[in-house]
Amino acid sequence: MSTSAKLPARRGLRPAHFVFLAWALLLAAMPFLADNYFVRLATFVAMYSALALSWNFIGGYTGYPSFATAAFVGLGSYTGAVLQNAGAPMVAAWVCATLFTGLVAALIGAAILRMKGHYFAVGSITLIEVLHQVASLWSSVTGGGEGLNVPILAGGPDFAGRVFLYAMLATLLLVWAVTLWVDRSKLGFGLRCISQNEDAADMVGIQVNRYKTVAFTLSALFCGTVGAIYASWVSYISPSDAFSVLLTLKVPAMAMLGGLGTVYGPIVGAAAFVLMEETIWAHFLDYNQAILGVVIVLLILFLPGGFLKIDYRRLWRRPPPARPAAPAASALSAAVTGEKAEKGEKADKAAAAPLATFAREGRS
Amino acid sequence: MSHLLEVRNLSKSFGGLQATKDVSFTLDEGEIVGLIGPNGAGKTTLVNLITGVLSPSAGSIVFRGRDVSRQRPWQAARSGLARTFQIVQPFPQMTVLENVAAGALFAGAASSRAQAEREAMEHLEFVGLADQALRPATALTLPSRKRLELAKSLAMKPKLLLLDEVNAGLNTAEIDKALALMRTIAARGITILLIEHLMKVVTSLSTRVLVLHHGELISQGAPQAVLEDPKVVEAYLGSKFAARLAAQAQETGVEHV
Repeated sequence: MSTSAKLPARRGLRPAHFVFLAWALLLAAMPFLADNYFVRLATFVAMYSALALSWNFIGGYTGYPSFATAAFVGLGSYTGAVLQNAGAPMVAAWVCATLFTGLVAALIGAAILRMKGHYFAVGSITLIEVLHQVASLWSSVTGGGEGLNVPILAGGPDFAGRVFLYAMLATLLLVWAVTLWVDRSKLGFGLRCISQNEDAADMVGIQVNRYKTVAFTLSALFCGTVGAIYASWVSYISPSDAFSVLLTLKVPAMAMLGGLGTVYGPIVGAAAFVLMEETIWAHFLDYNQAILGVVIVLLILFLPGGFLKIDYRRLWRRPPPARPAAPAASALSAAVTGEKAEKGEKADKAAAAPLATFAREGRS
Repeated sequence: MSHLLEVRNLSKSFGGLQATKDVSFTLDEGEIVGLIGPNGAGKTTLVNLITGVLSPSAGSIVFRGRDVSRQRPWQAARSGLARTFQIVQPFPQMTVLENVAAGALFAGAASSRAQAEREAMEHLEFVGLADQALRPATALTLPSRKRLELAKSLAMKPKLLLLDEVNAGLNTAEIDKALALMRTIAARGITILLIEHLMKVVTSLSTRVLVLHHGELISQGAPQAVLEDPKVVEAYLGSKFAARLAAQAQETGVEHV
C-alpha cells in the first residue's frame, strides 16, 4: 500500500549517542586528567547516572513513582559485603548481589505493584524501612547497627579509585544499553501505554502486571550492582548509610531534572545534579537538604518536563515583531502548563505526563 | 452449529444491587446485534463481563467454544474480543498513530512496532483519520476520538466487536458516516454487538435486538417486533402508556407476537 510513505520519521538519537559516548570517555579519562578528587566526582556522576537511569524504567516509562531505590541499593550493598566477607571474589559478589536484588524486586514488585499512585509510593518507601530494620537487627549476618567492614581492595588508593570508577562506568553503560533496547522495544511501548492509561493498556492486550513487574525488576537490578560496588568502594556500610531516604529522593529528582521516560534525560539530570550539589550547596552544610527540597519544588513548578523537554530552538529564535511576548517566557510557560498544542509531533515521547501527574498528585 | 458467543445464565451483583440477572443469549458469526435498554439497565456491565473487566457472580460465557468467564481483559483482547468505550479511553500523550499501533501490536497480529504502525495507518485511513495520524490523541475532537477508538479496536483484529455507544454525542451527519463505517466492518465478517441509545442506528443496522431492563433480558428478536413488544414499551415509557398502546393496537387490529 502507499501508506508507508506517510509513516512518521522517528527522531534520530544518533547525535545524542555521540555526545553521551564522548561524556563517558571524558569520565573514563579523569584519572589521567585530574587528581583523585575529580576521579571520585566522576565515579559519583557515573553512579548516580546509573541509578537515575534505573529508576527511569519504573518512574519514567511506567509512570509509577517508586521510592524504593535506596532499598535496592542497600540490599545490593549488604549482599555484596556479606558475600565478600564470606570470601567471594569482589566481581563475583557484585554479580550475585545484582541477581539477588533483581530476584527480591521481582517477588516484591508482583505484590506492591497492585497499588497505584500515592499508595504505591508509600508502599515502596516502606520497603526501605523494612530492610533497614532487618539490617539493624540481624546482627549475626549484617553486623547490626555497628555496620559491616568490607575487605579493602589491595593496590593503593589510586588503583582502587580507577577500579571503582570503571566499575561504575561499566554499570552505567550496561543500564544505558538496556534503556536503549527498552526504549525501542515492545516492552517500552507497553510501559508507556501503562503510564498513560493502565485500564486502556489492559484492554489492548498488554499483560499489565507482568510488564510492571519487569520494569520494577529492571529498575532494581542495577541498583543492586551499584550498591555492591559502592560497598566495596567505601569498604564500610551501616544500616543508615545503606538505606538512606535522602538517596531515594535524590535519584527521582535527577531523572525529573533531565526528563522522564527518555534515554538521556536521567543522565543529563544526574550529571547536572551531582555537579550542582558539589559546587553549590555542599558549601552550606546546614541547609544542604533544605536546598534539595527547594530544587525539587522549583523543578515541579517550572520544569515539569525536565531539561530535555525545553524547546531550545525556540529560546534562540527572535520573537516575531507583531507579538511582544518574549520567546523564552513563552517556552517556559509552555513547559509549565505542559502545553503541547504547538508541538504536536513531539508528544511521541510522553515524558512530561508522569511528572505532571506527580506534580498534581503532590499538590492535592 | 456452535455459536460465536454464548452467554449462559449470567448474573452479576454489586453488593445488594443486581446489575445483571440470569441473562442468556447467543451471537452467531457475521451478525450485527443491537443491545438496548433504558439508562442503568446493565448494558455496560454486560460488556464489562464479556470482556473480562468484571467477573460474573454466576453463569458462564463461552467464546469460540472456550469458557472465558474468568479471563482477564488482556486475554479477552488477544482472544478476539475488542470493545470501544462509552467514555473514550485513549493514551492521551501518544499520537493517534501510536494509539492504534498499540492495538495492533499487543492484541493484533503485528510482529514489530514498525509493522504495527503500518497496519495502524491502514486502519486510520479506513476510519478517515489518516491526516491526523501524528497529532496527540488529546488534540482530536469528540467524533474523531470515537473513530480513533474504532480504529484501535479494529487493529486488534477482533472476531467480535463490542461497540459501547460509539454514536453518543455525534450529530446526524456524523452518525450517517458512522453507520456506513459499521456496515463496512460487518461486511468484513466481524460480528458486532451494538450498544446504542439511538433507535435509528439500531433499527437500520441490527439483524436482531436484545433488550435489557433492570439487568434482565426482557425481549429479543427482529428490531420491529422487539420495539412493539409491550414489555419493551413498558420498560421505556411506563405501564400506563404500554396499556394504552396495547388497547389502541387491538382497536386497529394489529397483531403482536
